[in-house]
Amino acid sequence: MYLETKEVVKQYANHLALNKVSIQVPRGTVFGLLGPNGAGKTTLIRIITRITAPDSGSVMIDGRPSRSDDVYNIGYMPEERGLYKKMKVGELSMYLAQLRGLSKKDAHHELMKWFKRFDIMDWYNRKVEELSKGMQQKVQFISTVIHNPDLLIFDEPFSGFDPVNTDMVKNEMLRLRDEGKTIILSTHNMESVEELCDNIALIHQSQVVLQGKVFDIRKEYRPGIFRFRILGSEFDFVHPSIEVLSREPYHEFIDLRIKKMENMSSNHLARLIFDRYEVVSYDEELPTMNDVFIKTVTGNAR
Amino acid sequence: MNTLGLVIEREYITRVRKKSFIILTLLMPLLMVALSVIPFWLSTLNEGGVKNIAVIDNTGTYASLLKSTDSYKFQIVEESGQQDQESRLGKDLFAILQITGDLNVNPHAVSLMSEKQAPQELQSIIVNTLTEKVTQQKLDELSTSSNVDAEAISRVRAIVEDGSKISLRTLRMGDDGSMQESSTELATIIGMIFTILIYMFILLYGNMVMQAVLEEKKSRIVEVMVSSVKPVKLLIGKIVGIGLVGITQLVIWGVLLGVLFGGLSFFISSPEKAAAMSADMGDFDMEGLVNLIESVNWFEIALYFLLFFVGGYVLYASIFAMFASAVDSEEDTSQFMTPVTLLIMFAFFAGFYSVSNPDGPLAFWTSLIPFTSPIVMMVRIPFGIPMWEKLLSVLLLYGTFILISIFAAKIYRVGILMYGKKPSIKEMIKWVKYK
Repeated sequence: MYLETKEVVKQYANHLALNKVSIQVPRGTVFGLLGPNGAGKTTLIRIITRITAPDSGSVMIDGRPSRSDDVYNIGYMPEERGLYKKMKVGELSMYLAQLRGLSKKDAHHELMKWFKRFDIMDWYNRKVEELSKGMQQKVQFISTVIHNPDLLIFDEPFSGFDPVNTDMVKNEMLRLRDEGKTIILSTHNMESVEELCDNIALIHQSQVVLQGKVFDIRKEYRPGIFRFRILGSEFDFVHPSIEVLSREPYHEFIDLRIKKMENMSSNHLARLIFDRYEVVSYDEELPTMNDVFIKTVTGNAR
Repeated sequence: MNTLGLVIEREYITRVRKKSFIILTLLMPLLMVALSVIPFWLSTLNEGGVKNIAVIDNTGTYASLLKSTDSYKFQIVEESGQQDQESRLGKDLFAILQITGDLNVNPHAVSLMSEKQAPQELQSIIVNTLTEKVTQQKLDELSTSSNVDAEAISRVRAIVEDGSKISLRTLRMGDDGSMQESSTELATIIGMIFTILIYMFILLYGNMVMQAVLEEKKSRIVEVMVSSVKPVKLLIGKIVGIGLVGITQLVIWGVLLGVLFGGLSFFISSPEKAAAMSADMGDFDMEGLVNLIESVNWFEIALYFLLFFVGGYVLYASIFAMFASAVDSEEDTSQFMTPVTLLIMFAFFAGFYSVSNPDGPLAFWTSLIPFTSPIVMMVRIPFGIPMWEKLLSVLLLYGTFILISIFAAKIYRVGILMYGKKPSIKEMIKWVKYK
């Protein structure tokens, strides 16, 4: 584990923001920190980044309690982010890079590299207020990763980006992960969670309600629905343990969605259909993270 | 470079590079010199050249004594021409002086009629001339009466002519018992200048700190910042950086004003100019003024100015920053700022009224209370006050500012990350306890 929080508690005046929150983030993975608005994600991130201190519990980095100089090894892009509007892009980036512990020379060198990679060299001497929101987000992204930290935390990183830039940022994140960086991604965009995250933790009402590998969670939450495409014009098979949710003719085929009861194994269901019809394709519907999220949060979990 | 240094550097550089700062810093001294020189220059302009004054003297004794000057020409006219003269009044004639009887007998038998208010200078020429003559007349009368010694009269004449002009020198006893010449007027002027400076800078630069905090909060950069800089360092960096901008401005103003007034006095001190000046200013004692200025303990004043400036600025800047951190927008600040601004204004007025009584109870207490002392104390210091009062005032101010800054930093730390509802003072006090 690269990062662990152990039983972190944070109490604000009138509400408990975090109630014994423990998460485990393996090194070199993308970790999704999910949860509805106000669940306590930002508070947890602020505790990891040492902006605030927990009332009790601890944050471990690489197996040891986190230290104040760990902030130089964290790149944090908050959800509420902005830039000094009156400053020039280059100056501001230099300033932020130096604040993150780089020397003037290194900061300049790294900046040049990133400005070229993001193709925003032309903007170096422009004022921040002249940039579009997407451009400002690129500058934000650069200033988050400029000091080459081992832990990167992105809170809603895709807001303000067009699809092209979103893709670019996603690719940068995967590239950074492949370099061995550990990434925490907090977002409401569940598609990107499926796409990017290896593990997730879902925080709801100040507690972790779901944690694990994305694939395992989706598997666990599968509703037992199977899709079959069979050759033929009609389907009239009836069985007490199955429920046909839909049948759609498609050219010479029929597309079926069948839900099986829990007492029936998926093999058994497959055999029942395969024995009676000519099956062209067959797969199991996995729930989207969106489904998992909504189910967990609204309390309709299975 | 450490993060605090970087923050200070940014706060400082971005401000002193601003055009508005450069313009204000360079223009202000020019404006101040202009404001002090132009009225003086205007007053030396002789409006409308020589003024004619018709003198109608029924007695015939006084008219010839009035000597025409560069500005005023006295013309003796006959009583019969009075109607004629009055019709010329306001045209080529500035005023009519009428002496209707023997002033020795009736001192009220003289009047000056003019269309515009007669200048002080003209009035004093007339009064002095006439008074002198009447005095002579009275002495003459005395000497003709037989029972007075002739020699005694001549001595009285001598005394009257020399005039026993008395000039009051005010001396001040120093702590070591040495006497020093002092000037109440000069102390007042110095005190007021420094008080106004401190008042202005606390308001101006305190507000600048508030704006800076608000800007960071509004532009949402603050969370980006605090992920690599401790909030306390951010706050200190801001206050120090902006304070340095203020000190830079003060130093530039001081140097520029020194150069400008120095150059001006050099220009004026050319012999004929100086002669003209002293003629204009009458009995003005230039040498005395220089002595007086030198007698002021500038080092002491500068030292205390710096101490109270720093103390007062940091105290109020912390309070401004604290409130700014707790709200989201300028509109929300007024509820918290108004009491603070009123307090500063109260201090200013307390300072203002302390000038007339620098050792009175108002001056004494307000110069000890930390929230008013930076402004009021500067009025009192040029008048010379006991060491213990100064030390106590400084100690109280610095003690308070340390406590207030720690408190402000705790509020700030929480406030900058809070968006949404405007907190009450009660909620803000709870923030102090947050880890």
